[in-house]
Amino acid sequence: MTTAGPPAVAPAIALRGINKQFGPVRANRDVSLTVPAGTIHGIVGENGAGKSTLMSILYGFYQADSGEIEVAGEARKIHGPEDALAVGIGMVHQHFMLVDVFTVLENILLGAEGGPLLAGGMAAARAEVTRLETEYGLEVDPDAIAGGLAVGLRQRVELLKALYRGANILILDEPTGVLTPQEADRLFDILRAMRARGVTVILITHKLQEIMAITDNVSVMRAGQMVAHRRTAETTREELAELMVGRQVLLRVDKSRAQPGVTALRAEALSLTDGTGVKRLDGVSFDLRAGEIVGIAGVSGNGQSELLEVLSGIRPPSQGNLTVHDRVIDREHPADAAELRALGLAHVPEDRQRMGMIPAFAAWETAILGYHQDPAYSGPVLLKSADIVTDTESKMARFDVRPPDPQLTSESFSGGNQQKLVLAREIERHPDILLVGQPTRGVDIGAIEFIHRQLIEMRDRGCAVLLVSVELEEILSLSDRILVMFEGRVVGEVDGAEADARTIGLMMANALDAEAVNG
Amino acid sequence: MASAPAKLPAWIDIGLLPLINVALAFVVSGLLIAALGQDPFEATWIMLRGAFGYEESLGYTFYYTTNFIFTGLAVAVAFHAGLFNIGGEGQAYMGGLGVGIACLALDQHLPFALMLPVSILAAALFGAAWAYIPAYLQAKRGSHIVITTIMFNFIAASLMVYLLVNVFIKPGQMSPESREFATSAWLPHMHEALGWLGMEVAQSPLNLSLFWALVCCLLVWGLIWHTRWGYEIRTVGANATAAVYAGIPPARIIILAMCISGALSGFVGVNELNGVQHRLMLDFAAGYGFTGIAVSLMGRNHPIGIILASLLFGALYQGGAELAFENAAFTPDLIVVIQGLVVLFSGALSYMLRGPAERLYLRLSLPTVVEA
Repeated sequence: MTTAGPPAVAPAIALRGINKQFGPVRANRDVSLTVPAGTIHGIVGENGAGKSTLMSILYGFYQADSGEIEVAGEARKIHGPEDALAVGIGMVHQHFMLVDVFTVLENILLGAEGGPLLAGGMAAARAEVTRLETEYGLEVDPDAIAGGLAVGLRQRVELLKALYRGANILILDEPTGVLTPQEADRLFDILRAMRARGVTVILITHKLQEIMAITDNVSVMRAGQMVAHRRTAETTREELAELMVGRQVLLRVDKSRAQPGVTALRAEALSLTDGTGVKRLDGVSFDLRAGEIVGIAGVSGNGQSELLEVLSGIRPPSQGNLTVHDRVIDREHPADAAELRALGLAHVPEDRQRMGMIPAFAAWETAILGYHQDPAYSGPVLLKSADIVTDTESKMARFDVRPPDPQLTSESFSGGNQQKLVLAREIERHPDILLVGQPTRGVDIGAIEFIHRQLIEMRDRGCAVLLVSVELEEILSLSDRILVMFEGRVVGEVDGAEADARTIGLMMANALDAEAVNG
Repeated sequence: MASAPAKLPAWIDIGLLPLINVALAFVVSGLLIAALGQDPFEATWIMLRGAFGYEESLGYTFYYTTNFIFTGLAVAVAFHAGLFNIGGEGQAYMGGLGVGIACLALDQHLPFALMLPVSILAAALFGAAWAYIPAYLQAKRGSHIVITTIMFNFIAASLMVYLLVNVFIKPGQMSPESREFATSAWLPHMHEALGWLGMEVAQSPLNLSLFWALVCCLLVWGLIWHTRWGYEIRTVGANATAAVYAGIPPARIIILAMCISGALSGFVGVNELNGVQHRLMLDFAAGYGFTGIAVSLMGRNHPIGIILASLLFGALYQGGAELAFENAAFTPDLIVVIQGLVVLFSGALSYMLRGPAERLYLRLSLPTVVEA
């Protein structure tokens, strides 16, 4: 689009006016993109900006509602990955799709066996793979078992798979997310070798330093739209961060200055290591005081979800401890969600469909999830259904849940009304501590304002509120203090009144200089 | 219930579709019978008469129904917790072992009024204990419950043979059976009970266990939909993540649901041993545990549905036996095939017609959908 000069050859990819809608969510809005052949093209944007949707359309996983796709100058209809491969588009997913018990060669051959007997295809493949390996520096033992390879090598197998099938346009979705810095450097060498031989690479990432290090051009997406195209050499990390996050005038919520009281919750060096040994949380420490809202900003997937799970008792911390009032919780002395609720901690989960409610349950059943042991709801044996229904009716009235019918199944409410029901359940307990994850995800505009007002009201009543959101605007307008998370660590703290989107955006991409954070 | 998307109205989902499935099974059975050169309509008539036509046949039908209600409820309770309990057979067998041990130990000392609750309790305890082990392995070690419960059926069968041959066998006889229980451990037959009320009915194995089965239906209904534990069981079954969020420990609920499930299966021992055989013996579980899976699937894991499905399978068992008796062309194997077809269509394929029915229903009701 903005690339100067007429291209000598047709662009490898040209997308025009792509629209894609999922229910009420417009994942892609009139997106256009031109990728010149033989270049490395970066696509950046926050989570949910529509990058993955766009690439899935290009690779045939989804069909666009409208719009055109041109590959090497020819209009194409791509109905599935086979169609994409047929026109030379290959994709390497964030999560590898290898058969663990097969050898590297068998994995590469999978789906391109070339006949009922493997021997012939194997020999041909071995020759071709050897050629590709030397040509691009993609060294990997073809007879090794895929499951036993290191992550970086497994990724190379994915690259080989795509190349073996004749892909000359490669889409890489967050390829360095699982790599060590050294492995990432090796990957970039390979990508440069590919470019030198005319392969076009599309790199989806939210790491700006990678964009600056390797791409020729970069496109920025925000909220489903393509907001800018730049030559990498003519832009800066700061500019990209600003474009990514957006500079719209913030919808400041009316609120007085916080009157923080005593510490209600203290996290000390909280760490969480998952089953594969990856540190999801790495020494997170902070205080949450009564009467303040602390916002956790960060690109999705940097440990915010895990932090909420540890704080709410869903997972015990691997290291460090958590103090709620006087109760110290650590690995040896875990507390489950029920105990934390009894301590006055309420939790509005990030994923209400998966955690906050049971879609098939009636609204009144969802309205007691987590509190079903309360004597007000449950006798010695029987649930007090009639009382619960009445109680749910009054909650629905106070939180304006529509339709106000406790007998409807939870899944039949709209996203906003589901969220109001969950909020009502948690807030009406008058907790001392309220953890809130993505309070307005998938929620209509009208409900957003209502939900924000409720959170401020909770704060003013002396509740300690921890707000996790990928909506930076929401964090900025509600928080009294903002912590920024990156790769499981808290990389910065900013006073809510002084915070601006640009600084936070840079912190979220860990692109702000260390001195600036400390200063 | 939990797995049903709220698209189809209940009368189609739990009324019409099971009926169509059973009808399909009968159509295929009819084709099979015709292919063997027999008249399918005559066979159907013989089966219907054999199941419902006279007092004795009704008694037999309800006697089988009793067993299916127990095992069907057992599968349903586990299913609400998201577990597939294939071990009803072994749990029923062990329940019977519990009844046998209790009766052999106490029948000389206790009157009927005490023997009955003791037998019921023993059946529940042994059935639950047999389900507890797979449940524990699933909850704490992640061993898949389908595999372990299947294996526990075999272990139960072997254990029973060992115990009967080496421990409980009545001295001085060849067949592996215990001595007969004293009459204090006998559950009255229905024809006896009705006789006391002045009603003369034909003799059949049907006994008062049927009432206990119906009480169990009521208890299960109350448990699943009206108690805190039922709420927890359904929460874990629908979504274990949400359960952890709510502070409900899935491991404990898995064990609880499986123990209740095992206890319900165990009651087959009451019907069979207290009610009919009056001794501990081999093979009295006779496939009731497995058929319970089909009963539960067909009854949509709801007690009312389970009663109806049990009645169908009871009628199939009894009518099938009658058919084999009447016409030598219908070997017991063919009866098993017919029963198998019903299990196949209403159990294994019970969701086959769901998709087409949904599409058809949506197309027919499209105008109202748009309005709403």
